[in-house]
Amino acid sequence: MKNMPLKIDINSDKSLPLTFHLNPEDFLPAEEEEKQELVVMRESVSFWSDGLRRFRKNKLAMASLFVVIFMLIFAFIIPMFYPYNYYQQIRGSEALAPFEYSEKELAAKEAGEKIFPHVLGTDTLGRDIMARVMMGSRISILVGIVASSIILIIGSVYGAISGYFGGWVDTIMMRVVDMIYTVPDILIIILLSVTLKYPLQNLATKAGFAWINRVGVGLISIFIVFSMLYWVGMARIVRGQVLALKELEYVSAAKALGASHKRIIRKHLLTNCIGTLIVTTTLQIPASIFTESFLSFLGLGVSAPMPSLGSLAATAIDGIYSYPYRLFAPAVTISIIILAFNLLGDGLRDAFDPKLKN
Amino acid sequence: MAQYIVKRIALAIITLFVVSTFTFFLMFLVPGGPFLSEKAPSPATLKALEEKYGLNLPVTQQYKNYMLRLLKGDLGTSLKQRGREVNNIIATRFPVSAKIGAVAILIAVTVGVTLGSIAALNRGKLLDSIIIFFSTCGIAVPGFVVCTVLMYILGLKLNLLPTFGLTSGRHYIMPVIALAFYPMSYISRLMRSCMLDVLNQDYMRTAKAKGLSQWKALFKHALRNAILPVVTYLGPLLAYTLTGSFIVEKIFTIPGLGDSFISSITGRDYPLIMGTTIFLAFLIITMNVIVDIIYKLVDPRIKLS
Amino acid sequence: MSEYLVDIRNLRLSFFTPAGEVKALNDVSIQMKQGEVLGIVGESGSGKSVTAYSLMGLVPEPGRIISGTIDFNGHRVTEMTEKQLREMRGNEISIIFQDPMTSLNPVYTIGNQIEEVILLHTTKDRKAARERALELLNLVGINEPHKRLRQYPHELSGGMRQRVMIAIALACEPKLLIADEPTTALDVTIQAQILELMNDLRKKIGMSIIMITHDLGVVASMCEKIAVMYAGKIVEYGTAEEIFYNPQHEYTKGLLMSIPKLNATEHEKLIPIEGTPVDMLMPPQGCPFAPRCNSCMKICLREMPPYTDINADHYSACWLLQKEAYESLKGGVAQ
Repeated sequence: MKNMPLKIDINSDKSLPLTFHLNPEDFLPAEEEEKQELVVMRESVSFWSDGLRRFRKNKLAMASLFVVIFMLIFAFIIPMFYPYNYYQQIRGSEALAPFEYSEKELAAKEAGEKIFPHVLGTDTLGRDIMARVMMGSRISILVGIVASSIILIIGSVYGAISGYFGGWVDTIMMRVVDMIYTVPDILIIILLSVTLKYPLQNLATKAGFAWINRVGVGLISIFIVFSMLYWVGMARIVRGQVLALKELEYVSAAKALGASHKRIIRKHLLTNCIGTLIVTTTLQIPASIFTESFLSFLGLGVSAPMPSLGSLAATAIDGIYSYPYRLFAPAVTISIIILAFNLLGDGLRDAFDPKLKN
Repeated sequence: MAQYIVKRIALAIITLFVVSTFTFFLMFLVPGGPFLSEKAPSPATLKALEEKYGLNLPVTQQYKNYMLRLLKGDLGTSLKQRGREVNNIIATRFPVSAKIGAVAILIAVTVGVTLGSIAALNRGKLLDSIIIFFSTCGIAVPGFVVCTVLMYILGLKLNLLPTFGLTSGRHYIMPVIALAFYPMSYISRLMRSCMLDVLNQDYMRTAKAKGLSQWKALFKHALRNAILPVVTYLGPLLAYTLTGSFIVEKIFTIPGLGDSFISSITGRDYPLIMGTTIFLAFLIITMNVIVDIIYKLVDPRIKLS
Repeated sequence: MSEYLVDIRNLRLSFFTPAGEVKALNDVSIQMKQGEVLGIVGESGSGKSVTAYSLMGLVPEPGRIISGTIDFNGHRVTEMTEKQLREMRGNEISIIFQDPMTSLNPVYTIGNQIEEVILLHTTKDRKAARERALELLNLVGINEPHKRLRQYPHELSGGMRQRVMIAIALACEPKLLIADEPTTALDVTIQAQILELMNDLRKKIGMSIIMITHDLGVVASMCEKIAVMYAGKIVEYGTAEEIFYNPQHEYTKGLLMSIPKLNATEHEKLIPIEGTPVDMLMPPQGCPFAPRCNSCMKICLREMPPYTDINADHYSACWLLQKEAYESLKGGVAQ
């Protein structure tokens, strides 16, 4: 026919090439096992291992994971072994250039003592800048993680309740979210940081609240503000997921079996948007670090002598012409931290967010 | 539609009311009310001041007075710049910030949309990777870093551009770049992902099946759909530009509202802080309402609901 | 000049995905005369849509034609420039898609989207294009066409939107209309209306139609010829009558047994085809249907069956047919 079907010419005695290799056994029914061997099923993979596999394949995400780990070591572990700390003012070693030694230190070196170099020099008060940058990174990362955890808890619970109960509860709760969404957050943060200072300082003098001074009034107001304003994004996302999830059969089944609202929300709804929660929280970390550095740069974040990358940059800006590295060290560090967390979050999203699965 | 606008405006008014109430009560947390300064005033002067500003009245009365004044658009008097009204300060300072901000927004949107579309169309190619790289870095670098790097390289090292003030056109270049950098990167990322999403839509297949050329399909069918989410970003963009100007104006010593806001914070000029906050909040919230309404107008899907 | 309107020969097409090469079309040949209605039947992923898209030069990324030729109306589609392809699309060949909900651009009016294709392929001006659009809306049975022209897709029901898609497809009076599962996304009653409309239009306009579907009921009511596809291969081809009353391939038989019949005399049982479609990333060596086939033989697992002609208009690729031939051959030898 048109497409020249390979047809056995039954009138020909000489076997055609095709039939040449055929013998009667070929036409015996195949065994069930033989058939099943052919069905190459790709192994079904769980949500986690599937996501992990995809994450591992993503070179950029893996690289950013290593950078994040490195920054964690840099901020939390190296300072433990570093010979200088962030508040120690070394007499005679003021305003040293990177790897420069003061006369006193040179003399000590001559005498055979081992003196650790000031990798990034010292500031005008004789504090080792490297130590301060490491401490600043620690503060920035801590702020990011703590703030994101607060946001995670408030946002997910709020969103889950709103989405789960629906109806007027949802309407009212989401109106509140809409309202907070339109409030210019930075302004409120500035306002709070300015005004919360006094009541917090008062509180710190009372017994049991001394930790406030240790953490710093600025930092605490940052946390308060984040927990007041920044959870709305998380709440919206969780609500959306819960709205979709609660329609599923297993939630109805759980309800029919008499599970309490609390149990359904915690056990069935929140655990099922865990991928989204992880991704959103990871992406919240750099956003929080961003805001903290902004505030510290304006002088509203951490209180001296505690350094933050933002405040280090702010103090260095006056000497930008003579000591540019004092500015660039914290500036580059914070950019790397934010970039790494951003890329990590993006990688996690690509790997775990089922919505983007295809 | 009309119902939506009314609802949206009502929500904005409530928000403004809550923000100003919040601001008012926050000020009570400051000891001595808004008149605390470094050199503590004598009890007599304090009393006189309190009487002058009605601070001896009960809280409810004070709140009522404050809200009534706000309704009239009166934001009070500055503490540090004796006798100068906050309204007056905003009126002289804001136009400066607005000019820089407007140029920055314009650049951020046009460049961002263009770069994002180019990246999406060249998905997986070198150009895409370059744009992704720079825009990813762009959203990871805080504003003060951009400012200081620009200032150090263009201003101090190469001596190409002036580093402070705002007296000529060339003075605008660095502040505008610094201000536009983050939103530009953000928009190009947003635009890229929206564009990719749209390019995979069935109606793009229809457009191709009709025999439209790649470019025509792109400009007519893809761009209009992909740009909608960018419209929603305009609200946050304005907020970012205004607050971003705090840092830009501080670093480049520009006599705008941001600069005055920052000095009011360091100088603890509470009425000015409050006044500026409420003014900016008003601006941002109003803009958000306008952007939301525009969005509903350009997206026909929402017209009827 | 070929006697066929559509002449696809030995088409091989693969998708080069990150996970590996997916052989979407495996030696597909289709011939179709002017005015014929061909149904392509198969499960999702069997390659039926890809065949149709490649005919328009619209192979979706990352697909590539490996070998074979496609001729349309005497022109070689596989060698056309992008410009030539564009002039053909929407003009000589047009297509309607499965999901009318997403196939129209949400931000433009119906009128705009119909006129677009008219303005593109004809010399008509805006006014004439609008008149033609009205005419088309009337033709596809949309009431209040004046009002509809100014409406947006979301304001129309699914059936209505599919009518609009048909209007767009018919705008330039194409020689061939490809209908890619045109009724799958619609309600049953609407499905019947759309099919009826397409039948009417075919009689009125006299174009050829390729009807892609997984629903044998749809092809039964419309098509003269039917190609049954499985795993990127045409496993059986014949006239509608032959396919329905004299199916040869086990897959076709399975398909026929899995559809309910209204005129069933007794309580016939529906028999589903067991198993799942093959993984196209790792296709088996032999007949792709073998693992699901009830009459599977040893050779089926090892080798791809060749085509066997049943009659002039009917052929199928199944080892069972070869077995019959072989046995009669051996029998003949033995005698």
